[in-house]
Amino acid sequence: MSAETPFALLANAASLPWSDVPEWPAADLVRATARELDRGARLCAWFGVPEHGAVRLVALLAFDADNTLAVGRSTPFTGSYPSLTVTHAQAQLFERELWEQHGVTPIGHPWLKPVRRTAAGAPANGEFFRVDGPEVHEVAVGPIHAGIIEPGHFRFQCAGEEVLHLEVALGYQHRGVETALAGGPHRATLSQMETVAGDTTVAHATAYATVLEALAGVEAPLRAQWLRAIALELERLANHTGDLGALANDVAFLPTSAACGKIRGDFLNLTALICGNRFGRGLVRPGGCRYDLEAERAAQLLQRLRVALRDTEQAAAWLWDAASVRSRFENVGTVFSAQATEIGLVGMAARACGLVRDVRYDHPAGWHRFAQVPVVVWPGGDVFARAKVRSLEIQRSGEFLCEQLAAPVEGEHSVESPPPAPDTLAVALVEGWRGEVCHVALTDAAGRFLRYKIIDPSFHNWTGMTLALRGTAISDFPICNKSFNLSYCGFDL
Amino acid sequence: MFVLDTLIHRLKRGCETMSYPQGPAPALPDRHGGALRVDAAKCADGCSACVPVCPTQAITRAPGQPVALDLGRCVFCAACVEACPPGAIVQTGDYRMAVRRREDLMLGPSGQEELRLAEALDGKLRRLFGRSLRLRQVSAGGCSACEADTNVLGTIGWDLGRFGIQFVASPRHADGLLITGPVTQNMELALSKAWAAVPEPKIVIAVGACAIAGGPFVGHAAVRNGAAAVVPVDLYIPGCPPHPLTILDGLLRLLGKLEEKRERVPGGAG
Repeated sequence: MSAETPFALLANAASLPWSDVPEWPAADLVRATARELDRGARLCAWFGVPEHGAVRLVALLAFDADNTLAVGRSTPFTGSYPSLTVTHAQAQLFERELWEQHGVTPIGHPWLKPVRRTAAGAPANGEFFRVDGPEVHEVAVGPIHAGIIEPGHFRFQCAGEEVLHLEVALGYQHRGVETALAGGPHRATLSQMETVAGDTTVAHATAYATVLEALAGVEAPLRAQWLRAIALELERLANHTGDLGALANDVAFLPTSAACGKIRGDFLNLTALICGNRFGRGLVRPGGCRYDLEAERAAQLLQRLRVALRDTEQAAAWLWDAASVRSRFENVGTVFSAQATEIGLVGMAARACGLVRDVRYDHPAGWHRFAQVPVVVWPGGDVFARAKVRSLEIQRSGEFLCEQLAAPVEGEHSVESPPPAPDTLAVALVEGWRGEVCHVALTDAAGRFLRYKIIDPSFHNWTGMTLALRGTAISDFPICNKSFNLSYCGFDL
Repeated sequence: MFVLDTLIHRLKRGCETMSYPQGPAPALPDRHGGALRVDAAKCADGCSACVPVCPTQAITRAPGQPVALDLGRCVFCAACVEACPPGAIVQTGDYRMAVRRREDLMLGPSGQEELRLAEALDGKLRRLFGRSLRLRQVSAGGCSACEADTNVLGTIGWDLGRFGIQFVASPRHADGLLITGPVTQNMELALSKAWAAVPEPKIVIAVGACAIAGGPFVGHAAVRNGAAAVVPVDLYIPGCPPHPLTILDGLLRLLGKLEEKRERVPGGAG
């Protein structure tokens, strides 16, 4: 498939000179991208690069089955171009973002409205999609939600209990991350990467470090790659366990809820054992890892990990054993696999629709080239499937960690990472616990960031959550939302 | 069978809530480091090695002046500790970091080597909130780490409810706000409305480097560099994120729960 593509091929965690990226007029890039998407490619990123008052489009595609990425760009232009969304829905948010950031209009886009822009102390939400009819009513939720979670606005169109349509309006968490990256890396850049989505610190920091290493033409020592892989799975364990507990809580199944709340903390404490911070801040650095995992510490980690895994197993067993839970999870919030493909769903949510999509398997980089975690896939696309995939991934990650901790890699855990090469594009994908974390960096003639694009898995997946709600009772919104547990700040950047 | 299973499991595990504050505080991870101590008197003349390594520009040294570190901005990466040859900046390992006044987080000059821990609310407020405090949490650009480590206080291990502290869904049911995040422009309106909806008297607690001073996002046009730009803050809890123990200590300190304990111990009833 990828062999005949006119796009430039590159592997995950690799770089190529900006001048080697093929360019077409924007309309031709849209056509070429559409052709590849029709042949099974997936849109990882679609963004603009400013150039002398004009903008270039960049398309990053993934040929998952061929384990390769592909990149193409347009010639600089201003004004407008024919929208890709018209034929390929997975581009819809990318094109809204492009319009907002660079002022180029995708002609034919069916729902062109702001993504994060500010208007008097709140995001410029624009008009919401409305369903009319005598029995139809509208429900508005947020930005501030009932629990201790991030803000976002949900607008439901309902007929009685049934949700006909849900529109999600985000942007409340917009902190200006991408804007600040221009001209970087800066002093604060690494800290910002670690807080792009605070529960995904290790994945985003690893993607950032990998991009810088690719730009510098170095690779982190194997021991550092091994350690990053361990931290990444610990992050997955903590979040999946927390989510299982939260899902149990939302259907009033308290034994699992109470147990998982505590075990989640046990997993976070394991990350803190490695680096002092429960979320893995300060661990991953360009060139390697800041801390080593000495034999004694690794042994302690393994011992505590085994206890936490056993507790999780028990708590999950109660959940799956309870018919009352199964009947609340099954056939609720379904995303069909054809929809998942169409909207470009990634990660755990995609695997719960039966799609084999896992960066660790499709585009292995770092330690995942040498050690594999089996991909968990479950058909169904409902809340049950998303909970089940989490539960199975906890087992797989646990086994992976036990294997890896028993066979540590020798050597240094850090090397000096030279400055980034000039006029170069680098890409890193990391399978965070939600899904594909994608970082793309382009340097200028001085080796500074001309453009740095971050795509959190939530950017792809919020659309999936809105589809899951269609035809579902509005009272099931909490479990549907929790079954995705998407990031607000990772989307808002 | 889960009913029997869970009952047996619970009997075996017993109470999983920590004994703190009656018993000892749980140990911080050894690489955590805790609060910082800055001994400006130890600084070498003209040395400012710590200044450029700080990601949040928390450290300044004007010519001829002692070094100054703002623990409110600090993300506790300890890069300054590594960069300081004479050991003027050191980690204390202390989890207690909550303060009542913003300036109490400024470290450096003689007499201000360490932060000045929060005093309890006094008089009427303490009478009102001391045994029952309801908080509305507002994340205003928080990355979900401060939120997660606040949330964890509600789990069985920490059991915040035993101190009469509870998070509620509506600001109208609340005695105050607990704010996380640098306060984005896009959350300014919602935060102001939530604050206005809390009945008087009310308090505000800023949790984390972002809510105190903008954290890693300080100076961005899209943020207001912390909660104090929008609402008056009564308690600052530093960290990125603060350890749950640091947050709990701050809440208990504010309500005077830790003083009560100290008062009781000599009497033997503790």
